[in-house]
Amino acid sequence: MTSADFLALLPLLVTALSSLIVLLITAFRRNHLLVAVVTSLGLMGALMTLPVASQVAPRHVTPLLLVDAYAIFYSGLLLAAGLAVTGLSYGYLEKRAGQHEEFYVLLLLATLGAITLAAATHFASFFLGLELLSVSLYVLIAYVRTDKRPIEAGIKYMILSGASSSFLLFGMALVYFHVGTMEFARMAVALDDHVDVPYPFLVGLVLILTGVGFKLAVVPFHMWASDVYEGAPAPVTAFVATVSKGAVMALFVRYWLIVDGARYESLWLVLSLIAGGSMCVGNLLALWQENVKRILAYSSIAHLGYLFVAILASGTMVVEAVTFYLVAYFIATLGAFGIVTVLSRSDGDAAAMHDYRGLYWRRPGLGGVLTVMLLSLAGIPLTAGFMGKFYIITVGVQSALWVLLILLVLNSVIGLFYYLRIIVWMSTVPAEAQPRVIAIPVPDVSWTEHVVLAMLTILLVWLGLYPSPFIRMIQSLS
Amino acid sequence: MILAWLIILLLVAGIMAWASERRGPQWPRWISLGALAIDLILGLSLWKAGGDPFDMTPGGAWIAELSAQWIPRFGISLHLAMDGLSLLLVLLTLFLGLMSVAASWTEITKQVGFFHFNLLWVLAGVLGVFIAMDLFLFFVFWEVMLVPMYFLISIWGHENRVYAAVKFFLFTQAGSLLMLVAILGLTFIHYQHTDMLTFDYQSLLGTAMDPTVAMWLMLGFFAAFAVKLPVVPFHTWLPDAHTEAPTAGSVILAGLLLKTGAYGLLRFAVPLFPEAAQAFAPVAMGLGVIGILYGAVLAFAQTDLKRLVAYSSISHLGFVLLGIFAWNALALEGAVMQMLAHGVTTGALFILVGALQERLHTRDMRRMGGLWATLPRFGAIGLLFAIASLGLPGLGNFVGEFLVLLGTYQVSILMTMLASLGVVAATIYSLALVQHTFHGQAREQWNVQDLSSRSLAVLGVLIVVQVWLGLYPQPFLETAGQALHNLVGISDGPAIVSRR
Repeated sequence: MTSADFLALLPLLVTALSSLIVLLITAFRRNHLLVAVVTSLGLMGALMTLPVASQVAPRHVTPLLLVDAYAIFYSGLLLAAGLAVTGLSYGYLEKRAGQHEEFYVLLLLATLGAITLAAATHFASFFLGLELLSVSLYVLIAYVRTDKRPIEAGIKYMILSGASSSFLLFGMALVYFHVGTMEFARMAVALDDHVDVPYPFLVGLVLILTGVGFKLAVVPFHMWASDVYEGAPAPVTAFVATVSKGAVMALFVRYWLIVDGARYESLWLVLSLIAGGSMCVGNLLALWQENVKRILAYSSIAHLGYLFVAILASGTMVVEAVTFYLVAYFIATLGAFGIVTVLSRSDGDAAAMHDYRGLYWRRPGLGGVLTVMLLSLAGIPLTAGFMGKFYIITVGVQSALWVLLILLVLNSVIGLFYYLRIIVWMSTVPAEAQPRVIAIPVPDVSWTEHVVLAMLTILLVWLGLYPSPFIRMIQSLS
Repeated sequence: MILAWLIILLLVAGIMAWASERRGPQWPRWISLGALAIDLILGLSLWKAGGDPFDMTPGGAWIAELSAQWIPRFGISLHLAMDGLSLLLVLLTLFLGLMSVAASWTEITKQVGFFHFNLLWVLAGVLGVFIAMDLFLFFVFWEVMLVPMYFLISIWGHENRVYAAVKFFLFTQAGSLLMLVAILGLTFIHYQHTDMLTFDYQSLLGTAMDPTVAMWLMLGFFAAFAVKLPVVPFHTWLPDAHTEAPTAGSVILAGLLLKTGAYGLLRFAVPLFPEAAQAFAPVAMGLGVIGILYGAVLAFAQTDLKRLVAYSSISHLGFVLLGIFAWNALALEGAVMQMLAHGVTTGALFILVGALQERLHTRDMRRMGGLWATLPRFGAIGLLFAIASLGLPGLGNFVGEFLVLLGTYQVSILMTMLASLGVVAATIYSLALVQHTFHGQAREQWNVQDLSSRSLAVLGVLIVVQVWLGLYPQPFLETAGQALHNLVGISDGPAIVSRR
């Protein structure tokens, strides 16, 4: 390891170090505010080391990690999302009794796992990052112990995640058996030498896809999503929906492109079935939900399906399209769960219809933010979500994926329907005679939550209105 | 730059109207009225200045133009341009916008600020649709008018408003997304030929492509515009949305949003894919005729006043579709006249029905009858617009329908004959409307106020414009003429070959 290696690893090191510091602080003095501030500073510090790391990029640090523009961009995205979740968590946990300090340690560790995934180019680092992320999440999901549902969700997630990890490991073993290496780049070279159809490799890849598919909650590995989303504390749900999925997606796209999975027809077919299935199942099941967190869970299944359409396309724009869509999805999902967090009271999360009824007239600001987020998820112009969808349709048209595109269009319309339902709830005018009876008091919104929501809204609209600077930034990733 | 200001003014005024609500309910109203009046004056000044009528280059007769880069990665620019056709529709937009603000003066009492915000934003979206010359930008405006319209219906509408609003949004969105795919398909075919990624309308004109592909892409555009227009199998959102919307919403829906569909066909669907449009013309004209007759028959069967007017819209817009796909100078001029006249007539009818509902709290014609005695002003103005709607010579609709029929006659005599039946049917439902509402036995005793002088002023202006359209349509035809000539010049037209 040279000093340049250390520079390249700085974001990881800073994140790891902050988790240790937070742990030490907790050991000596419990103070929620102090811990939250240190966590935020740690994540901000890690963000600030990214330019330093990019000075030495691209650089292989051991065979395990590759710090290149792609890894740095995704690390930035994941760290920023972690920061947003920290901001949301502070207000959320303040409302609840109990000890909150360990929450931040786990949050930092999970983020560390996520950014490891973004830089991983080796099965070992892949698995390491994934487990770091997952094990932290088991606890985070079940963190609020005063309620039964988080615990149920945590156990459910742990068992299924464990099972999927074993699939993943077996898949890795099969791939290793066939190509004799665990490095992505050398795997691609080894595959080029084979002329016959590499069955063990394909089976291994499908098993890896099972493991990855579970983390991404794509059909048919989506069953856990709605229960875990509903049960987990709202900020943790936001984390699962964004950071956890985003990191795995970043890794999967890198792996898929390096080994050029699209050249195997059967794999391509499997992936397109996953894409189509996720879009249709996610959206159709979302239609029957009455719970905002469950609606968002199913909608996120559908969004991953849209993302897979972009992955299936070929051409120079794929990474760009995936990245843009993912960023738009991050912002809107964090924003939507941010509102859920803000509206939640000490006795439970705000997910039922009556929590949102008439929100426009009670808290126009919060209602407005949620509306913008939902419209972005639905892909309505002037929001980042539309540009993302535009990107996906663009790469789809380029690669002539007509069937998937038609499915995408139909599903966008279905999706719009259930997003509109939430908007309808919010716009219900309280009855003139008894406006106070229906109105559920909205808890105080802490300043951290204000900041996070404002930033997310500004970003969302900015990317929708004037995406050019951002597009220039992500153009260099592929 | 003036084109951008037209839109920006409305957007800013919308935000101001919303913010000013806390000062009092009159503030948003006056702000909206002021902004629209200023915009209308700007628009009229453009009309007076005029373009260069001798500029014969295709699409070159812009009265005003603005072009700036937006997203260079995709070759997307902020390209706004206005020719005579756009100008007329922009004026119609601002005029009806002004009328609908005035018409909601007393009707809207809750959330006044947010209402006017949505009203102004929907109008800004419509303006954008009429002057955007970049397909991406066009699509953005196309969607921008959707969301506020949804809110207008779902918050301030009548009994069944949420159902109607959601249906409206879903139908339109399905069509729009198909159009988006078609837009992208077109740009990539263009990109393959020229290596230049662009969404600019003029660059994309004349893109050569395989006839089958062209047909599919044309159908993608047609889907979006057919839903908006509406063409008959895609019309079912319309009666619900029009009926449930508040008066201003109905006026804007019928007067303007339907016109965006017609404008889209006229500006994009046919000129971009002339051969495909030509091949498709018999089907489209057939759908137009079906729309004319179907709308008329269903209008006659309605007992709800607003639904009646809504179905009559389907019938009238059938003429527009017929005229557009006949694609010769006469028929196109007729289609444009029909768009303008229908906007004014239907706008006025919706304002009347809205005012009636405000007083009677019902739109059911079975409970009316004999209203002329108590509401003579309603009766007289209602009669005037009903006969305008049936196409009485001397009023605007007649000019439009007559020119469309004249133009279509050169293309297909059969279609013309069938479409003419629609004029007869219009007479029946229009007179039935007057008969059931204002004449005959009074079925219930209504003790209500006649039209206020404010409503009278609004309707008076509409009457003046309607008579102007009917008696002296020349200025309108001249303004649109050059633009239409250019459009016909771009493509030799779908139907000209089959001219007999």
